[in-house]
Amino acid sequence: MNVIEATGLGKRYGSTWALLECSMAIPAEHVVALVGPNGAGKTTLLNLAVGLTAPSAGTVTVLGGTRAGSPAARDGIAFVAQDAPLHKNLSVADMLHLTRNLNLYFDQGYAEARLAELAIPLNRKAGKLSGGQQAQLALTLALSRRPQLLVLDEPMASLDPLARHDFMATVMAAVADDGVSVVLSSHALAELERVADYLVILSSGSVQVAGEVDDLLACHRVLSGPDAEASRSEHLDVVHALHSKAQTHLLVRTDGSASPVPPGWKARPISLEELALAYLRQPGAASLPGPSRARHLEPTEVAR
Amino acid sequence: MTALTMPAHSERDASRRPVPWRRMAWVSWRQQRLSVAGLVAVLGAVSLYLLFIGQQARSFNGIAGHSLTLTAALFQVIPALVGAFVGAPVLAKELESGTFRYTWTQGFGRARWTVATLAPLAVAVTVLAGAVGLLFSWCYSPLIGGHYGSNLLDGNTFDLHGVAFAAWTLTAFSMGILAGILIRRVVPAMLATMVAWSGLAIVTGVFLRPHYEAPLVSSAPNLPSADWVMSQWWTRGGKPVSSSTIDQVLQRAGATVNGGSVTQSPGSGLGNMSPAQYLLHHGFTQFQSYQPDSRFWTFQWIEGGWLLALSLLLMGTAVWLVHRRAA
Repeated sequence: MNVIEATGLGKRYGSTWALLECSMAIPAEHVVALVGPNGAGKTTLLNLAVGLTAPSAGTVTVLGGTRAGSPAARDGIAFVAQDAPLHKNLSVADMLHLTRNLNLYFDQGYAEARLAELAIPLNRKAGKLSGGQQAQLALTLALSRRPQLLVLDEPMASLDPLARHDFMATVMAAVADDGVSVVLSSHALAELERVADYLVILSSGSVQVAGEVDDLLACHRVLSGPDAEASRSEHLDVVHALHSKAQTHLLVRTDGSASPVPPGWKARPISLEELALAYLRQPGAASLPGPSRARHLEPTEVAR
Repeated sequence: MTALTMPAHSERDASRRPVPWRRMAWVSWRQQRLSVAGLVAVLGAVSLYLLFIGQQARSFNGIAGHSLTLTAALFQVIPALVGAFVGAPVLAKELESGTFRYTWTQGFGRARWTVATLAPLAVAVTVLAGAVGLLFSWCYSPLIGGHYGSNLLDGNTFDLHGVAFAAWTLTAFSMGILAGILIRRVVPAMLATMVAWSGLAIVTGVFLRPHYEAPLVSSAPNLPSADWVMSQWWTRGGKPVSSSTIDQVLQRAGATVNGGSVTQSPGSGLGNMSPAQYLLHHGFTQFQSYQPDSRFWTFQWIEGGWLLALSLLLMGTAVWLVHRRAA
């Protein structure tokens, strides 16, 4: 089952396309990291998936073919928007009551246990909680609905490192206990490395990279060697090249097997952060599964 | 990653049904109780004032009640205030604070949420305003006709009576709702509501209300003072006479005509007669077009009816916009 499936999806605000010709299929039971520069269309894509906004072109379905924003989709998806919007003048207990009344399913026991664990007092106004507590409350409200898919838009943007860690710990506990699928957009590449097992990179409104993190890491390596030999790398599928005085570092795509390393060069595995950064620096490069990969890997589009 | 599917998942697939409407009762109350409390406080204070004045008008021959015509102008702003403070924030606050991203992605659904929020508020606003309107009618009734010369259809007070007051308040509320979703900011939406409502109220008073029914025309010299005189003109021998001709006639008789006012100097040709009596004695006939006060309730229901239709249209548009667009 695909938790989010987009076909030729586009969203226009005025005369600018926030998302254009976006096609993707995000499988279930993953923690999906949605990465991209500001203005790449991450929030737009998530808003479309949760039905907050309607597409200008194409289609988006969720939870295995359900129309985004339909009643079934709303029941199965919990969404925490950027900055965790809560009714600031309502108490924590009122926010629980509110969420319980607005949904078919609400696990009051889970919510109360979770908040007790976090030492968030039920009688405190939501607006009086710290940023980290507000994020945790919004997350707890979302998880108490027992969603099939949890969508988080920049959940960690305003949190300190400790709060980020605690927030992701709550998410990962739900993943382990409940099997909930997670899609989260974030700039915090280092945090994502620990939790994400599926990566989607959006660049200026369309998908640049999509795939399981393990596959992506297995298919990319960093080659380092003397600059003079750089010409040898012509036959390699180079995503990004970094030239320093003595050495050249190449991020190359391999077919996963041990591909030849030019003599005098060293190969090492790549981290998720490096991989994401390299693609973000080369908006023209793409790594996509299936037919779309063939389309996007026209020689002219691959970085030299 | 282990996929321990919760039992709830399969249950919900088997029997998908919408979240029941009654669940919104608590939500609406919790979210709107401050607005409702403010509404009750303001309209309650107005009601107490009206009760006091109404009692006085009855015990002191209406003299105290005469001050009502002065304060009536102040009551005109009540619907605009209700629209701005109760109506406009409902959707604008959600949009401005960003909480719509929470509220509108819950299972209940955003169009249903909007309907369930608007409907009880709209009913409360209409019923409370209707009660105040009836109280105003009771309070004002000693002033109708007679010595004070007030009439029911008068533009200053017509829309403060029962049906019209309720309808105007509901209209202001609906304008606030629609302004909220269109403007998406609380304070600008409040201002827009007051401006739009005032504009409609003025246009209605000046251009629409006089034409709900064709006015009657009478040449009777003394119409009951409760009737709403809209225009008057003179004829002689069946032909209309211009006001300048009238002025000339009066001047020839020795009266001083200055603009619209006629001053008669002692010993002039008018004798002891008023200018109108003088003209009547010299073959002129005065005609007046007027709306009789018996049409009061007809006019109230006509105005109430189209305002109710307009309000439903405005609120329907707001719900449709919530359903259609967001973010």
